[in-house]
This record gives sequence, C-alpha cells and structure tokens, in this order.
Amino acid sequence: MTIRDHAGAAEAFTADAERTAWHDEALWFVRAKRDEVTHAIPEWEALRTIASGIKAHTLSLLDDYLEEFERNAVAHGVTVHWATDADEHNRIILGILRERGATRLVKSKSMLTEECGLNHYLEAQGITVVDSDLGERIVQLGHEAPSHIVMPAIHKRKAEVGALFAQHFGTSPEEDDPNRLADAARGPLRRALFGADAALTGVNFAIAETGGIVVCTNEGNADLGCHLAPVHIACMGIEKLIPRVADLGVFLRLLARSATGQPITAYTSHFVRPRTPGQFHVVIVDNGRSEHLGRPDFREALACIRCGACLNTCPVYRRSGGHSYGATIPGPIGAILSPGIDLAKHASLPFASTLCGSCGDVCPVKIDIPGQLYRWRQLVARGGHLDVPKRRAMGCLGRILGSRRYYEWAGAIGRMMLRLAPAVPWLVRRTAWGRERELPVAPRESFRDWYRRNRDT
Amino acid sequence: MTVALFIPCYVDQCYPQVARATLAVLEARGVEVVFPMEQTCCGQPMANAGCQDDARAASERFVRTFSAYDTIVAPSGSCVAHVRHHFDQLPPTDAVRRVRARTVELCEYLLTLPEAPVVEFPYRVGVHVGCHTLRTLHQGTPSELGASGDGPLHTLLRRMPGITLVPLDRADECCGFGGSFAVDEPAVSARMGSDRVADHRRHGAEVMVSADMSCLMHLEGIIRRQGPPLPVMHVAQLLNGERP
Repeated sequence: MTIRDHAGAAEAFTADAERTAWHDEALWFVRAKRDEVTHAIPEWEALRTIASGIKAHTLSLLDDYLEEFERNAVAHGVTVHWATDADEHNRIILGILRERGATRLVKSKSMLTEECGLNHYLEAQGITVVDSDLGERIVQLGHEAPSHIVMPAIHKRKAEVGALFAQHFGTSPEEDDPNRLADAARGPLRRALFGADAALTGVNFAIAETGGIVVCTNEGNADLGCHLAPVHIACMGIEKLIPRVADLGVFLRLLARSATGQPITAYTSHFVRPRTPGQFHVVIVDNGRSEHLGRPDFREALACIRCGACLNTCPVYRRSGGHSYGATIPGPIGAILSPGIDLAKHASLPFASTLCGSCGDVCPVKIDIPGQLYRWRQLVARGGHLDVPKRRAMGCLGRILGSRRYYEWAGAIGRMMLRLAPAVPWLVRRTAWGRERELPVAPRESFRDWYRRNRDT
Repeated sequence: MTVALFIPCYVDQCYPQVARATLAVLEARGVEVVFPMEQTCCGQPMANAGCQDDARAASERFVRTFSAYDTIVAPSGSCVAHVRHHFDQLPPTDAVRRVRARTVELCEYLLTLPEAPVVEFPYRVGVHVGCHTLRTLHQGTPSELGASGDGPLHTLLRRMPGITLVPLDRADECCGFGGSFAVDEPAVSARMGSDRVADHRRHGAEVMVSADMSCLMHLEGIIRRQGPPLPVMHVAQLLNGERP
C-alpha cells in the first residue's frame, strides 16, 4: 500500500547514476569534514553524553521550562505566542503582519515554517515572502521544498542554479561559477532585506533562564533581516528549550561540528529583547510535539538539534536525495519523526534504512535512531500499513522458520528453485532481487544434510 | 567444554561450505562442537521487516534449542546481534537471558582460544565489515567514532602470513543488503552494493572477505551480474586453508 513510497522516489533518483554519485560524494565530503573536526576534540563523546542528558532533563520538565522561558522573555518586552498547530502558527504570524500593515516578509532558517506551510499561506493572503538564506532562496525560486535541513539546495547542481538564476536574475544561462552566481543573487536579496516590513527567523536554542533565543547561521542574512526590519518574529517548536546559558556552550560546540565540520557557525546571534523602536515576537509551536513527548519509545527524538549529521552519514539518504522522503524533515531523523505525525502517510520511511547504525553514532545528542527505526517498523506492521503481499509473506516465512520440519522441506524446495532459476534469466530479472543481482548458486545439499550424513551418529 | 554451533538459515541452505569451514576451524582448535538439529533461524528476517510477532516462533525455537549450552557460536555478526539485542521481545526468562548472554560471533570467539596453526593467504584482501558486527556488537570502532579501529576480523586476518589488507576509500560503509531492504528498496540497495564493490576493485582487492555471509550474498550477486569476477569468501574459509 504505502511501503513503496520512499522506494519509488529513490528509484527515480538513482536512475540518474551520475547524479547519484555526485550527490553521494558531496554529502560524504561533509561527513568526512565532520569526522575530522570531531575526532580532534578528545572530549567529544563526553560532550555528546552531557548534551543527551541536558535534553532528557529538559524534555522531562518541559512545561516548567517553557513557562520560565515565557516569564523571562515577557519581562524583557518580548511578545510570546503559543500555537497548538500549524494553522494557529500561520494565523498568529499573519495577525502580527496585518496589525502593522506589513506586506513584505523576509525569512531565514526555519524548518518549522516549512512544516507549517507558512510561505503558501502568507502568499495566498497577499504577503510577499522572500527566503533570504541563499540555499532556501534557491529552492523557493525553484518552487521546491528543502532537500536537507542544513543545506536546503544540496540536490541542485551548479548548472541548475545557473539556469534558475538566469530566469530570475538575468545572468547568462551558461553561468555556473558559484561566486558570480552568489553575487547575482545578492543585489535582489539586499533590496528585499532593506525593503522588508518584518523579518522571520527560526530558533536553534531558546534559553529558559534568560528568555532569550539563539540563531546560528553562516551567511548573516538572518541577522541583517531582523536588524533592518522593525519587527522580528522568531518561530520555535517547544523542544528547542535548554535550561541555562551555561548549557549553550555544550550545544554550540556540538552543532556546527556535527552539521558541516565547522568549529562554530559564522554567526551565533543572541536575541533577548526588542530593538527600540521595534517589536520582537516569539511563536512557540506544538504541532504534535506534545503527543510525541507522550510516546516513551520515541520521545528521545525531540532532543534533535537539527544538525543534519544523520542525513550526511546515511548511505540511503546520500543515494536517494531528501525529496524521496516526502516529509519536511528527510533522512534518518525524519524517518523517526514523520511516522509520529502521520503513520499511514509515512509508513515507508522506517524501512528506508538498512539499520546500519551510523546515524546513531554521529548524532550529537545520542538519539538511538536505528532502535527507533526498528520500533517504528513494528508499529507500521501492527497498524496494518505494510503492503498485503509482504505482510502475508512474513507470516508465511515466520511459520516456516518456526518449525524444523517446514524449514527443512521449504529449504529443499527453495534450493531446487534456485538451481532452476538460471534457466529462466528473464524471470529472475523481473524479481526485486534479480533486477540488478544474480541469485545465489544453491548447493544440492544443505549443511544439515551433510552433517546428518557425516556426523550425526 | 562443548560449543553449540548456530548456522544461520541462509548459510545452512545456500553456503554449506561456510558452515563446514566454521566447524572445521573450531575443531582444529580443539573445540568440541555440536550442531543441534532442532535449530532453524533466529527470527531476524521477520523482525527487521516489522513483523516481530511472526518472528516469535523462530526466536523461541532458538532459545529452546540452545539454552542448555554454555557457548553458542555463529559465523554471522548480524544474527548474533539480533539474538543479543532484539530477544528483548521475548519474556525475560532464565533461558532467554542465558542465550542472549552466551551467543558469540565466530571471530570474537576464536580470539578467546589459544592461537592456532598459521595458515598462509598470499592475496590482496578487501575486508568488508558487516554493520551489525561493527555498530551493534561493537567489534572495532566505526570510522565516524574515531580513526578506524579494527575488530576481531582484522586481527585474525592480519595473523595470516602473506596477506595484504587493501586500504579502502570507505572502510565501513554499509553494503546495502539490510535484509528485506534488499528487496524493498532494490534500486538503492544495488547502488550501495555496486559502490562497495567498486571501492574494493579500485584498490586492487583480489578477494572480498567478510564475517557476514549475508552482505557477501548481496555483493556476490552484484559482482556476478556486473563482472568481471571477484571472489568473495567468509573468513572461516580462509582460516580453514581454502583459497579463492
């Protein structure tokens, strides 16, 4: 029924072998950089353990910390809004804009607004939205979703960006020099930034103790946007909280190293109070997170700091591209978050993995991603979301492997069929195994047959 | 001490030579080995496909068959990882706890024995490390956790005179087998496998060696489809004096 979703999209992606190789290499390069800088920190594993502990602690007292954050933020003149779901989040932002007659919004670094579908919502209400992060701008111009949570346009090659910019910025269609392309985008982006009525950013960390938020970027456009516009709106999921400023150091050391192999992002900006004159709004969004917090087997996933390391290391993600996941958050972390949002829709995602385990190893907050993938698989099957032939095959296989007699009998028939298979290569090539692989060459005698004949006296 | 040999279902049926080599290698080191005939499978194929309930009969059979033994040795890191880590789905009886604690991967077990007679293997070998052996059983250090630390498989191979272990661009990237993943996602699975094979070929491997036959079944299938030939062998076969 749904199990082919990721597989189908991934097959389409891999059909372009050369592109698949390029995508894989580009992300492997990022992982290799991550390896190099993390191995240079002797206390890396200790940092991961501490970060994991801080997040577990925070999640266990999340209601208290959220209220502490609100109290401290409000004391500094910040307007705090609470949104139960995506729709409420979008309406709150429209309300803030409408109140000031704002029609031009610049945005930067927010996967949450992707999750809420904010751009489409605002555009339908006559608001002009310009994503100012270059990667986000590229996917916005191409009417696409980000394919990666840190490098949104990583699926696009230089020439494709060149073609897109030729359409929008009048560069030569042959232009594929990254510096010249970035220059071409800069002029229109600067105009949008200077002309904006409001600026929206995401939040990397919200600190309960101070009521302040922290935004980590490399381009500085998020900062430019909210320093120029009279209104700054910051949107965050409830899980972005950390208790104290002292905790921030742990996460800042982990985040950029895990994400891109940088010691720290070029900009780590702290926002605590509105500029004068000016407004600073923080929108705190639930949108299913409380429900996820109530799932003991899966709540740990809310510790995610969105570094993207699990995407970069995932051999499946690297060869299938972010869009193949059909979810706001792709890759291994998306594959354990998305089923909690809509199990039927995302039923194929926990299976988009070989359970190789590398995602769990690179996770800076030690989320047991492979363990969760395994557990989601069980819930997908129990929920009736496996396709019927596979469900039946597993039931049948379970009965065969549960009985010595059936097993020996099925083994003999199976080996006979494998020996006959080479006579019908066209048939073999129509099976999922045989499409690109030969079947094993089956022996006449199983090991147990041999053992019985020679040893079992 | 008697060791019970667990031969994974697909090895029993498709690779009896690997099972015979495992038996021979253990016996050559003076171990008394029995192969309990009641065994079938650990249950991993169903459980990894999300059908833990369908795996239960096989897993319970495994426990019944092996709970009387002090040591259960299997030539497959993946199956051992399943017994040790996923038998928590069974009620935690003494028998279940015992087999979970006492099921050991072949290479790890061999390293607990006195060193055996040396066997030469004058070939350039590409080592394929199974992910469950590396990242679930923690044999060695994966490249993402530190400068690649070798596990028991490498240790055993390095003792063989004449052997050259070829360096690889990606020492421990997954081969793409992944049980039902191989047929659920055939395109990505095959692509991952091709990339592994290409890495080994690029570095002049004359034979690919692993302690996990399931990865090799997948990789061999790709090698035979794409050509040219590149033999694959289980480490037990090398230790048993076999040549490609």
